[in-house]
Amino acid sequence: MRRGGAAKALLFCVCLVPLGVLFWRGFTDRFSANPVEDITHFTGDWTLYFLLITLTVTPLRRLFRWNLVLFRRMLGLYAFFYACLHFSTYLVFDHFFDLRDIVDDIVKRPYITVGFTAFVLLIPLAATSNNAMIRRLKKHWRTLHRLVYLIAVLGILHYLWLVKADVRTPVMLGIVLGVLLALRSPYLKLPRRGSRAA
Amino acid sequence: MLIRSPRCHEPKPSEITPESLFRRRREFLRVSAASLLLAPAALHAGRLEPGREIVEEKNSAFSTSEEQTPFDKASRYNNFYEFGTHKSDPERLSGDFQPLPWSVQVDGACMKPGTHDLEDIIQPHKLEERIYRLRCVEAWSMVIPWVGIPLGSVLSRFEPTGNAKYVAFTTVYRPEQMPGQKRSVINWPYVEGLRMDEAMHPLTLLTVGMYGRVLPNQNGAPLRVVVPWKYGFKSIKSIVRIQFTERRPPTSWNLKAPREYGFYSNVNPDVDHPRWSQRKERRIGDFFKRETLQFNGYAEQVAQLYTGMDLREQF
Repeated sequence: MRRGGAAKALLFCVCLVPLGVLFWRGFTDRFSANPVEDITHFTGDWTLYFLLITLTVTPLRRLFRWNLVLFRRMLGLYAFFYACLHFSTYLVFDHFFDLRDIVDDIVKRPYITVGFTAFVLLIPLAATSNNAMIRRLKKHWRTLHRLVYLIAVLGILHYLWLVKADVRTPVMLGIVLGVLLALRSPYLKLPRRGSRAA
Repeated sequence: MLIRSPRCHEPKPSEITPESLFRRRREFLRVSAASLLLAPAALHAGRLEPGREIVEEKNSAFSTSEEQTPFDKASRYNNFYEFGTHKSDPERLSGDFQPLPWSVQVDGACMKPGTHDLEDIIQPHKLEERIYRLRCVEAWSMVIPWVGIPLGSVLSRFEPTGNAKYVAFTTVYRPEQMPGQKRSVINWPYVEGLRMDEAMHPLTLLTVGMYGRVLPNQNGAPLRVVVPWKYGFKSIKSIVRIQFTERRPPTSWNLKAPREYGFYSNVNPDVDHPRWSQRKERRIGDFFKRETLQFNGYAEQVAQLYTGMDLREQF
């Protein structure tokens, strides 16, 4: 059996729980008067949560020596999965594939510009999230996947720039991201990848 | 300095009929005749007890025949930041709010300033049902049967003077009953304003009810304004002060983000919110969006108020 097979299967199901909650809300009539808005917000929120969770793997290893790297790929792919749902909701229900409107949005609305950029940048990361690509890209793979930091920043900006007045949630998520990025700082003198404490 | 004393043969500025009203003379005559017939039925106090059926006249010529948004949705999906910034907050958190007794301070450029009990304000008038489209600046919309009185006929009773160019409104400030006011997302109290001719326009409704009954707390009880050709935030809720002013009054969202929310805030598909398009809207209950109409579909009635204005500049 593959490493962590059972744990991975469990995680796979756990990561589907938000989607299950969304369906449950839909079928039990628990949406607000504007279900499309609910779905958009919910899938957007979970994209950001999964991005942040994925970015927690490295600090956890450096701080507590919990090695969850085995699960990082799946977490990242789930961020992409929820981003796809988020984008599809926008594509279908907000614009019904009206390309002119969508291009207009991307060009003119900064929050859409950054959100769309983040989504597009996620695509190569998802496409290269397999062992074959890691082998093929060699050291470039790590460079490519550093894009996730930019994607996370763009994702938070996307949220921050769309709210009207109450910025509490995006600011809070931004702080979490800031901490997660700061914990990667070489100045922190935390044990690096591959290093062993004597 | 020249001080003019009004001669008795000269009309007081407050008596000059606004042009828009003058042009609606026939309609005015028809409505007046109807009110004379129906007025006696309206002359009783205590009309605003909660849950009471309050409509006294239906079938307004201004009402739309579009499908109405269910009451359930119109009362559970609200922007009323005084109770919180989530759409569900107003319904969940407005239970402690006491809409009665209620009084309104009227002051500024008028002959009859004073503080009036809500019942006294509505007492001489007949309560009309008006089914209006409501377009939120966030690009969703509803169709709501409001109950109220044309704002103009109430304002006239306070005899605004010729200096009254604008009307300013203030929402109540009660942080102990309105939990959203404990955080300064907006500088409380919420303020709004209309140009005098907008306020006097027959579409502008001083509203005390919806769906045939007294306004629920979350929809702006006990007294709000509804201006159907403007974005929803212009329709200020829970009003405690009406002030006639010579200069354009400050308005809350304009103070918060002047680049995004203008004084006029007329519904206009051609003028985008800087951060999102206003070309389309989602009617609550629909999945797909529909085109937004100029002046929210009330162009025929109100476009003449803005002739000669650049609506891109004066948004």
